[in-house]
Order: sequence, then C-alpha cells, then structure tokens
Amino acid sequence: MSERLRVKKTYKLYVGGKFPRSESGRSYPVSSPDGTELANAALASRKDARDAVAAARKAQRPWAGQTAYLRGQILYRAAEMLEGRAGQFAEELADATGADPHDALGTVEAAIDRLVHYAGWTDKYTSVLGGANPVAGPYFNHTTPEPLGVVAVIAPQDDPLLGLVEAIAPAIATGNTVVVLASEAKPLPALSFGEVLATSDLPGGVVNLLSGKAAEVAPHLASHADVNGLDLTGADPELAASLEAAAAETLKVVRRPGKSGKALDLLRQWTEYKTVWHPAGMAAGAGGAY
Amino acid sequence: MGSILSGAEAASLVRALPGVDAVGLEARAAGLSTRSVKTTSKAHAIDLAISMIDLTTLEGADTPGKVRSLAAKAMRPDGDAPATAAVCVYPSMVATAKEALQGSGVLVASVATGFPAGQVPLDVRLADTESAVRAGADEIDMVINRGAFLAGDLERVFHEIKAVKAASGDARLKVILETGELATYDAVRQASWLAMYAGADFIKTSTGKVGVNATLPVTLLMMQAVRDYRAATGIQVGVKPAGGIRNTKDAIKYLVTVNEVLGDDWLSNHWFRFGASSLLNDLLMQRQKLKTGHYSGPDYVTVD
Repeated sequence: MSERLRVKKTYKLYVGGKFPRSESGRSYPVSSPDGTELANAALASRKDARDAVAAARKAQRPWAGQTAYLRGQILYRAAEMLEGRAGQFAEELADATGADPHDALGTVEAAIDRLVHYAGWTDKYTSVLGGANPVAGPYFNHTTPEPLGVVAVIAPQDDPLLGLVEAIAPAIATGNTVVVLASEAKPLPALSFGEVLATSDLPGGVVNLLSGKAAEVAPHLASHADVNGLDLTGADPELAASLEAAAAETLKVVRRPGKSGKALDLLRQWTEYKTVWHPAGMAAGAGGAY
Repeated sequence: MGSILSGAEAASLVRALPGVDAVGLEARAAGLSTRSVKTTSKAHAIDLAISMIDLTTLEGADTPGKVRSLAAKAMRPDGDAPATAAVCVYPSMVATAKEALQGSGVLVASVATGFPAGQVPLDVRLADTESAVRAGADEIDMVINRGAFLAGDLERVFHEIKAVKAASGDARLKVILETGELATYDAVRQASWLAMYAGADFIKTSTGKVGVNATLPVTLLMMQAVRDYRAATGIQVGVKPAGGIRNTKDAIKYLVTVNEVLGDDWLSNHWFRFGASSLLNDLLMQRQKLKTGHYSGPDYVTVD
C-alpha cells in the first residue's frame, strides 16, 4: 500500500458567488512568517477587479432591497458557519501570522462574535442614525441612512481574519456590496472566509474577495467610477495618499487608515443620509389619506 | 431589386446547397473570438460598432416618449460619440421616430409582417409592411414564415419574401431568419440563400424574442453565404446579428469576423448592423474608459 497523498486546497478568488482563478492565470506563493511555504494564491489582475466591481454592482440593489431582518439572519448564518469551522480557521490563522494556536482560536471567536454583533445592527442602525426632524412647517421630515453602493476595501495587512470581518460586516450590514483586496502576504484566511460566506445564503456578488498586490490592483479600484466608497485601512501611507487622490477624481467616500473602529462609526461610514419632506397638514386638513 | 428566379428554381438551388461542417464552423468562430484588439484599434472598433447599431425598442410597453428618448440617444449617444445607424421600432411608432430623427441622418427601421411570430395571414403582413413604409420607415425588418420553411415549403417562403420586398418599395428590406427556431446550421444556410434569391437587402439572425438569439457561428455562416452570393451573382447583401450581443467584447468579435470573412466592403453601417439596445451603453462605458483612463460605470450612461 502506498501512502495516501493529502488533497491540497487551491486558494482561489471569490467573485460573484463563484470561486474563479485569476483571469490572468497568475498565482503567487504564500508563506508563513517563518518561511514555510503554505500554498499558492491567485494573483488578481485589474480585470479581476473590474469583474468583481461589476458583480458587486449587479448584486447591490437586490441586497439593499432585502429586509434588514434577512440581512441580519444571513450575517448570523455566516457566524454559525464560521463557528463550525473555527478549528480550521484557527490553524490557518496560526500558520499565516505565526500566532500561538490558542490565541488564534481566540481571534476566530472574536471574528464570530463580531459577525453576530453586526447581524444585530442591521435592523437598528436606521433608528439610531436616522430620525424624524422637527421642522417649522406642515411637513413630516425624516432622515434615513441609505447604502452608498459598492465599497472597495483594502483589508488590513496584519489582521487577516478579524480585521477583514470588521471591514466587511458593517459595509454589508447596511446594504452595500464590497470588493475586498485581502492582505497581500496573508490572504489565505480571507480566501477561506469566502467559503463561509458562500454557504451562508449570502447572495453571490455581495462580497467579492481578491488576493494580490495592493499596489497593482488598488489603483484601479480607487479610480473606478462605479465604486462609491474606498476603505484604505490596509494601505501603507504612501499608497493611501495616491489612492485617495485617484478616488477624488470620481467622487468617493474614503475611509483613511487609523480611523475609529467603533461599530456606529463604521456603520455610518458607508451610508449617506436621505432626507424626505412629506406634506402633512394639507393632506390631513383636507381629510384625505395618503 | 427583384429576383430573376422563379420560386421553383430558387427552391431547387437552395435544396442543392452542401451541408454545413458544424465542427469546423464553430472552431472557426472560436478562433476568430481570440483576437486581441487594443488601444487605438479598439477605439476605432468601438466607434464603428456604435455607428452600426440599430438601437432597438420592441416592447408592448413602448410609448411615444420612450421612442423619442431613444431617438435622442441614437442621434447623440454621448459627447463626441458617433450617432447610431438607425432606430428600430414597431410600425405604430414609426411616425414618432421619424419626426424625432428628422434631418439627423439616423434612419428609421420598422419591424413588420406580424413581428415576431409572423403567424398572421399574408395580406395582413403586407398591410403591416405598407403602413410602416407610409409612416416613413427607411428600412423594413420582416420575419420569414418559419412554419412554412420548417414544413419544407420553400417556394411559399420565397414568394412571401418577394411580396414583402415589393410592398417595401424603396425601403431596404432586412429578412429575419430567426435562426434560434431553425434548429440546424443547414437550415440557416438554406434560409440565407432563399432570402437573398428573393431579393433581401440584409439578412438578419433573430427577433430577440426567442431563447437563442445571434451567436457568432450562426452569424459567421450567414456571412459566408453573403460572400458566396456576391461571388455568384455580383449582388451585395448586408448582415445584421440581433439579440444577445450585450458587451463591447462580443461586438468586437463580430467586427473581427466581418473583416476576416467579408472584408472592408462590409465594414460600414450600410452593410453591417447590430440589432441591440443594451450594447450601446457598454460601448459608451468602454469609450469613456479609453478616454479617461479609469473604469466607468452605469451611473455615467443613460438609463433606458
């Protein structure tokens, strides 16, 4: 009997609910901090980024149109899926970061709890951020936070799972869709997280995960006219400055590195306020319903 | 131009056509799909494709307002982009389109003959055609009688096309084969020749109303028929793939195929057209990408 060969996983991108290789056919080796080679990951090109934005745009309106309750249920489902695979993620995280396996498990659990936290926010943030405004006239005036649209995320480089979840969860909780460029040197936990999302009833295209070089792919996301928000958390200062300049050409909301990570700030980051004036007195005075 | 053939002669010529090598045809189409067209060539191809579009709206919900806004877009799609070739509407909207396009050089094409099924009596189909021409249509897109064709009654199909050609007067006649319903490549080849023998000015793949619309192999096959028809008779006929061509990449594949199979003579909107509606927005977005250097998005083109 020959010894059984282990089946190794091919780490691919997660775009539009599918797991494609890079259209460029490229890949790059990923190693742990001590130099052990872990796997090859797809090296995304600008066309992968373009395809991901197209998938995110297609998914955005239906996703924002879902009930807040359902978005919460799906985020909670993602937490359930991650819980079931906590062991695998702890191992991948320990390999990727060189962390102690016990600490890594703690980080995975924190990521699970973070998903549950944002699952709870989906049907509450509109009440907290929006409201009925007192106006001096016969109008109802109310303000509601609405999703920006498509948000491109340069994920944190040194916090490949919890940082990723913290970037994705508030954006999709509010009805945005995201294109995420995972940590360049530690992309494997992010790519596995795609499998968690794919089995959580999350519609394809709501979260798109790319692995590759930030300096190569991020400029195309930053300048893309169909991207509405840009999270620069994982970009180094020099890259962040040039990306912010590129983003300004096409009117994007930008989150600079080092900004507050408080839940409400993150939820507010990727929403814009819509204020509606609705005639009240006249309709009521005329005895009409509206 | 009428046909000099009788129905029986045309039918026997068509029946004698050789069968199509399906594997070879698809391999050739796949080969033509791999060409890479970049930078200045791409910019030229995009503008050429825009100028070849029959911007189409064929819905039960079409209103005069919708047709007018489509006409405005056809005349001036975006900035300095060229105008499209024509606007393609139902006969009842021809007058509206004609008025909106007055003096612009953009033509009005009208579907007729009981589009899309064509399953109405011949006199109704001819009256449909005449009313579209009277309302000012420059081009008539007719559907062939697929029922008669598939039943083998080629002579009847031939005579009907001739009758519609006569009813069209000066308007150019595009004959829709509805290749998605013809089932085989052999049938597409036969229908192409039959339409050309009967006097078609254009042969068109599809109505856009059935499951399978224009595909590259089918369009390639029709181009080969058009090429061989000119070699045999000296008469040049146009080709119009319609339905299912949604993005720039696909459009460029068709242009490459025109260039390789038919050559320069067909590379203008007098001889080649795209029947499309959503294609235009994708071409405009790609055009903006080439101009600005960054990707565009659907927020930067008109919603229609």
